[in-house]
Amino acid sequence: MSTNQDEVSKSQQPKSALPSGSQAPDFTLAATPDQKISLSDFRGRPVILAFYPADWSPVCGDQMSLYNEVLPEFKRFNAELLGISVDGAWCHSAYRQNRNLHFTLLADFEPKGAVARDYGVYRKSEGVCERALFVIDGNGRIAWSYVSPIAVNPGADGILKALENLSAKEEPADGNQTGRHADAAGR
Amino acid sequence: MGIRQGGTLTPPAGKRDHVQGPEDAPVTLVEYGDFECSYCAAAYLIVKKVQEAMGDQLRFVFRHFPLTQIHPHAEGAAEASEAAAAQGRFWEMHDLLYENQRALDQMHLLGYAEELGLDTQRLVRELEERVYQPRVREDFMSGVRSGVNGTPAFFINGIRYDGSWDLVPLLEALESVSQEVAI
Repeated sequence: MSTNQDEVSKSQQPKSALPSGSQAPDFTLAATPDQKISLSDFRGRPVILAFYPADWSPVCGDQMSLYNEVLPEFKRFNAELLGISVDGAWCHSAYRQNRNLHFTLLADFEPKGAVARDYGVYRKSEGVCERALFVIDGNGRIAWSYVSPIAVNPGADGILKALENLSAKEEPADGNQTGRHADAAGR
Repeated sequence: MGIRQGGTLTPPAGKRDHVQGPEDAPVTLVEYGDFECSYCAAAYLIVKKVQEAMGDQLRFVFRHFPLTQIHPHAEGAAEASEAAAAQGRFWEMHDLLYENQRALDQMHLLGYAEELGLDTQRLVRELEERVYQPRVREDFMSGVRSGVNGTPAFFINGIRYDGSWDLVPLLEALESVSQEVAI
């Protein structure tokens, strides 16, 4: 990460959240202190990216706790939920344990906020991610995106609507591969 | 597609709901609540005062929104209130649960059932068989689909109320809707 490289990537960064229809930039981030996950690992299934400002802050807690409860509904669409903030993997690990979260939290930690910048949802002034949601289809394309006011928990209704629209679009004539059944890969 | 629509209650308050107040009241307040949530316990007292102040002008509906992973007793309490409802005593149980929020384990739930003179054998059996789990989940999902993002969440005549639920602002919001309806 030379200064030069930073400048190059900065100039290419979107100024606002990537809209639906864009290709979702791939990334590889730490899911635990010793495990990394790439967006492309989930090709063929919808992915929900939930960027949030910080572990432990009260609104995030509510938002992540809510998603934790709605998880079975996301699984019905065979969708993978990934939470992302700039907190480190050890911090995520403690937070997950404390809140009993059953989904992956990714550490956009080094270089700080690089993935959030790629998606146009980094708040430079505070050095944290926006509270932003992306639903990405099985081909790695953004199907829906939404940026919530930072202090407002966006709920889960928008995500569910986007997943429903995706599933209606992708449903083939023979009714197979609707992606509604959670497979063995479901965490 | 960046615009999110939400905040409209689905389904509207109806026959499946636990209701206090007249069906034809000009204002319906729906709460999504969790028996183990301390904010809900605070809201419980405020709603009581609002009901007192508005009398027949208000219909109040309670739906379940237990956050079970952070509140280990919320689901059991919600199902116990449904078991009480099956014996015609939902609101009495609802009140007892909020008034005794720190004691919601199985033993205490049974104690409240006894206090209300319920058929406790039936209640225990129904709780063991998780008879009311689908109903509680149905409430929860209706909340999620209506844009509930935490507890307590309120809807006034079907529209999500995002203002403060302190007594004065909540009462003002309800009374202004009541006046609009009257015009």
